[in-house]
Amino acid sequence: MTTTPETANPSTTAADRVGGDRVAGTLYTDPALFEQEMDRIFHRTWVWVAHESEIARAGDFKTAWVGRRPVIVSRDRRGGINVLLNRCRHRGASVCETPKGNGAGFTCPYHAWSYSLDGTLRGIPYPEGYEDVVEKKDLPLQRLKVGTYAGMIFASFAEEIEPLEDFLGGARMWIDRFMKQGAGYPIKVQGEHKFRFRGNWKIQLENTTDWYHFPIVHRSWMSSVDAETASMLSIMTDETAVTHALGNGHSVSVSVAEHADLDVDDGTEKLQDRFSHIVEELSKDLPPEKVRRIVRSLHGAGFNLNLFPNVAMSMAFFRVLRPLSVDETEVRHVALGLEGGPDIVNRERLRIHEHFQGPFGFGSPDDAEAWNRVQRGVAGGADMPILVNRGLGREKPNDLGQPTSHATDETGMREAYAMWKRMMTDGN
Amino acid sequence: MATEAPATAAVAAELPLDDPRALAAVSLIWREAHLLDARRYEDWDGLWAEGGEYVVPIDRDATDFASCLNLVYDDDRMRRMRIERLTGGFSISAAAAARTVRSVSRFVVTGREDDAIEIRSAQILVGYKREETFVLAADVTHRIVFGADGPRISRKIVRLVNSEDTVTASGFLL
Ligand code: FES
Ligand SMILES: [Fe+2]
Repeated sequence: MTTTPETANPSTTAADRVGGDRVAGTLYTDPALFEQEMDRIFHRTWVWVAHESEIARAGDFKTAWVGRRPVIVSRDRRGGINVLLNRCRHRGASVCETPKGNGAGFTCPYHAWSYSLDGTLRGIPYPEGYEDVVEKKDLPLQRLKVGTYAGMIFASFAEEIEPLEDFLGGARMWIDRFMKQGAGYPIKVQGEHKFRFRGNWKIQLENTTDWYHFPIVHRSWMSSVDAETASMLSIMTDETAVTHALGNGHSVSVSVAEHADLDVDDGTEKLQDRFSHIVEELSKDLPPEKVRRIVRSLHGAGFNLNLFPNVAMSMAFFRVLRPLSVDETEVRHVALGLEGGPDIVNRERLRIHEHFQGPFGFGSPDDAEAWNRVQRGVAGGADMPILVNRGLGREKPNDLGQPTSHATDETGMREAYAMWKRMMTDGN
Repeated sequence: MATEAPATAAVAAELPLDDPRALAAVSLIWREAHLLDARRYEDWDGLWAEGGEYVVPIDRDATDFASCLNLVYDDDRMRRMRIERLTGGFSISAAAAARTVRSVSRFVVTGREDDAIEIRSAQILVGYKREETFVLAADVTHRIVFGADGPRISRKIVRLVNSEDTVTASGFLL
């Protein structure tokens, strides 16, 4: 590919900036390109906003973001899921600044226009001034298109958008597999860590299926866990650790092949000693097969699934990214547990999550440091390409025709950038 | 021992200057602040009583820390692993840790037992890393036990004012 000047008009050069195996450094640094990404990607495709367990009951709501636009995700009285732009139709105030809660609807604090859980405008105080001027039915909160799959809630500003199932495509099988970590219990959200890093959102997008960095950046975490856990992740030399491009920007990277499908158990795997207190406790009430099934799932699924553009399902958590500006990104690491499952299991999952994730975890701060270093370094040579060519020579289609290579190869990044290029240039 | 939220508990309480244990506790907390800013984590470990609990919750009202997600929830083992991580040289974020200067003040004693007191304080930490200076504020609760070898920390709970919002990692301890 050729290099492009940093000031080039993104609408005419987005295509030039992404080659098959390298992308321009300006992808992380050009503010104009960032604005265009918000419109052409985040406001046009399916963006993850919540997990159904976060709004389990009628009246439950949480706030979220689609690109940089604030939205409310709510469960109405009939059980329907709504995603509403958090902007009053009168003069534009946000109608909800409570991160999560339960209520009958949303009342704007400015002039008290009130909206129901599905966004319908229910009441206007002192309506006399609006006679023959305003029809309430014409002014609901803006509703986004909503799609759900396996408890994952996605929303889109685009009216004409392909069905969510089609968009997820080859990723669906992996989403289904990911949910098997519930070991028969539904998956629930148990809390989240939130932090920011100084760097472009695509640096984070690349990271989730990048096992190449793991043994290097996470040496300090590896030295703090038991040898069994660390050896579970001996990626570099493990030939069963593979990555697949799943289409539409999605990719999956398998780190622990024996845990790729948690329903499959040949019985040879020894349960980790670190969990023996849990085995003992669970065995009081549950048969041995069930105990084994639950304990094998404690670290989550044996893979990282990256869904373009903003959510990953990684081991035992969701990783949600939110672009703030060209060089700042918010990351949420959402901890998962078993709805109605044994307390001791859910508590252990919280401890495992705290150990790695979050601003004071043993893993996330090292990731954040590395991402920040990318942003700082790339600015020094914005016209130089970023290489995403690792494993090109050994990439082959699997039996589903998906480009496949080693888990430490950059197949997932190439897939994401191919989608980026398509979305940034189609219709031009 | 009292478990109310810091703001309400603080109203009626005060720092009894005639109680030598209160002064010993304050001086221990100041020494702790000094060691953390200096990143002398091994020495910091020596301030703890066996079985000490170190918590930075996300939910400021949480009391049952075991059942919810925290930023930090350490027993002796986790705390020592954390120290190992910060001093072992394998962590790129610890190697590039922010410089910190913290001040701890507004002490009030909120609980007294035969062998322990609970003391609450305000902590303002200013950090600096790579052209950025930032501030973290927290309500801190220490439970200090008085044994044969002097005062030791048996519990420390750091409630950040922004714990439910984004908290950015910079390789130091609170
Ligand atoms: S801006 Fe919402 S009611 Fe006026
Ligand atoms: Fe990482």
